[in-house]
Amino acid sequence: MGDVAGSERASMGESKPPLMELRGITLRFGGVLAISDVSFDIREGEIRAIIGPNGAGKSSMLNVISGFYHPQEGNILFRGEVRPFMRPHRVAALGIARTFQNIALFKRMTTLDNIMTGRMTLMKSSFAAQALWWGSAEREESAHREKAEEIIDFLGIQAIRKVPVGTLPYGLQKRVELGRALAAEPRLLLLDEPMAGMNVEEKEDMSRFILDVNDEFGTTIALIEHDMGVVMDISDRIVVMDYGKKIGDGKPGEIRKNQDVIDAYLGVPH
Amino acid sequence: MLYREAGEFRTSYPDDSQTFPISFDKYRYYAILAVLVVVVPLVINDYWANAVLVPVLVWSIAALGLNILTGYCGQISLGTGGFMAVGAYGCYKLMTAFPDLNIIFCIVLSGAITAGVGIIFGLPSLRIKGFYLAVATLAAQFFLVWLFNSFPWFYNYSASGQITVPERTVLGFPVTGPYTEPWAKYLICLAFAFALAWLARNLTRGSVGRSWMAIRDMDIAAEIIGVNPLKAKLQAFAVSSFFVGIAGALFFSVYLGAVEASEAFGINQSFLVLFMVIIGGLGSIFGSFAGAAFIVLLPVLLKNLLVGKLSWPTDIATNSEFIIVGALIIFFLIVEPHGLAHLARLFKEKLRLWPFPH
Repeated sequence: MGDVAGSERASMGESKPPLMELRGITLRFGGVLAISDVSFDIREGEIRAIIGPNGAGKSSMLNVISGFYHPQEGNILFRGEVRPFMRPHRVAALGIARTFQNIALFKRMTTLDNIMTGRMTLMKSSFAAQALWWGSAEREESAHREKAEEIIDFLGIQAIRKVPVGTLPYGLQKRVELGRALAAEPRLLLLDEPMAGMNVEEKEDMSRFILDVNDEFGTTIALIEHDMGVVMDISDRIVVMDYGKKIGDGKPGEIRKNQDVIDAYLGVPH
Repeated sequence: MLYREAGEFRTSYPDDSQTFPISFDKYRYYAILAVLVVVVPLVINDYWANAVLVPVLVWSIAALGLNILTGYCGQISLGTGGFMAVGAYGCYKLMTAFPDLNIIFCIVLSGAITAGVGIIFGLPSLRIKGFYLAVATLAAQFFLVWLFNSFPWFYNYSASGQITVPERTVLGFPVTGPYTEPWAKYLICLAFAFALAWLARNLTRGSVGRSWMAIRDMDIAAEIIGVNPLKAKLQAFAVSSFFVGIAGALFFSVYLGAVEASEAFGINQSFLVLFMVIIGGLGSIFGSFAGAAFIVLLPVLLKNLLVGKLSWPTDIATNSEFIIVGALIIFFLIVEPHGLAHLARLFKEKLRLWPFPH
């Protein structure tokens, strides 16, 4: 299905304005240059993949976007405006949610509680109202529970609703983590290797979820993934990084033919 | 056969998130509450009030407070004794400065003062975690006790350096001072324990509680998801200290009547409350009560057994008491490291399936 689906999908986000623009991002850890002058944009409604060999700076890039790292140089524009220095929880409130490469769920909390925690930024009832569990707090809890149940239905994890996530198998944990990120109703969803360590079947499921999220909720998605087949199939546009630099940017078909990308992945004869 | 979920249909989300989802549990809870409120005050005597019920309730409140901080928010504190002292001295200063103020308000206000102090000593938690935070709170413990001993203003320049509670009444009945009836002591502690347990349950079931647990389980992910770590941690310190402060105020005013900071609120008390929380079960409200009851009642039981039944000499009994309590705690933690609350959960799970476990 690869090429056909790819080119079909690629036509979707074409004319949309960029949701996020990264301009000249440079990130250093002491003397180590993790990202060097990388610029790209993420358009409204597209699935944007970031690929590259190990240590290319992909995860660092995601950490920059989610406000966990603060680049020394460069600007991040979100919906046309320069985003000032922000702590991660403020970035979350803007509507940027993410999952992690090594699952970062709240292990002693139930699936339901994990997903409800994802809605943290949307819950408004005051401390006092919650302490007394007065009308507004209880009503809000129920309203958000309804939304959480929609996500549980969407991901098909009804049966593990009240199970502490620490006891769940890996594939389900990955799914719950996606649910937790979705619960925030994000405008931009960042997925750090959503299919790492999965078998083919689980990968197919996860790919389907990602496409469905994009279609049904219209969520813009930026993802890092190593499985080239999956990346070429589901993404609209791809950024390729190597040694902290951007070496390619374009639709799957273009990336496949890009000589720099082929060199980075297959090596160059010396 | 009574203990079944089958046939209980929950058709709304509030129904599904009740405190006692199984109706047998709910009725048992009401029954216990009725006995505690109606029957116990009628039969209580001085010994039961002073040796058993009042200390269990007061320590339960303290354990509840520490459980919110350590069990729910994952921040270790060894400053519980110090914060209890703030509650006690705050209550004393309020009672003596405003003699007309109702004792209930004094106790709640001293909790609020402790919450403020707790926030200040909670500030290091924003940068340090685990054992290092424990050491920082240990500093609070020593500093606060030193403070109350060193400035006579805190104990109103009394010659003994002690603070002694003035007599106060609620609805005409004395609740502090030498003329207090045992049932009055018991009921005021019960009222506070009940109200605070209810408050703790409410706070831990909603988004505030989830933000605490998120910080406990994975603080980086919590922040990325939108939990403000500064707010969540300081909230936990404030609420926890509020509870501990009230426990300190009750400990001083209702239970003991006269205290001296380094004796009543030393580092031992901090450890004692930590033991209660660990033995009772981290992150469980029931566990706080169970742990407090275990630690308070075990010595009482042993004393009754060794001195009363086996008629050992008192000095030998007192010393072997320590050995036996210590050994029992170690044994218990090896057998059930997740505490009494987990044991209760396992028991309920068994009961749910009984008598056909397959």
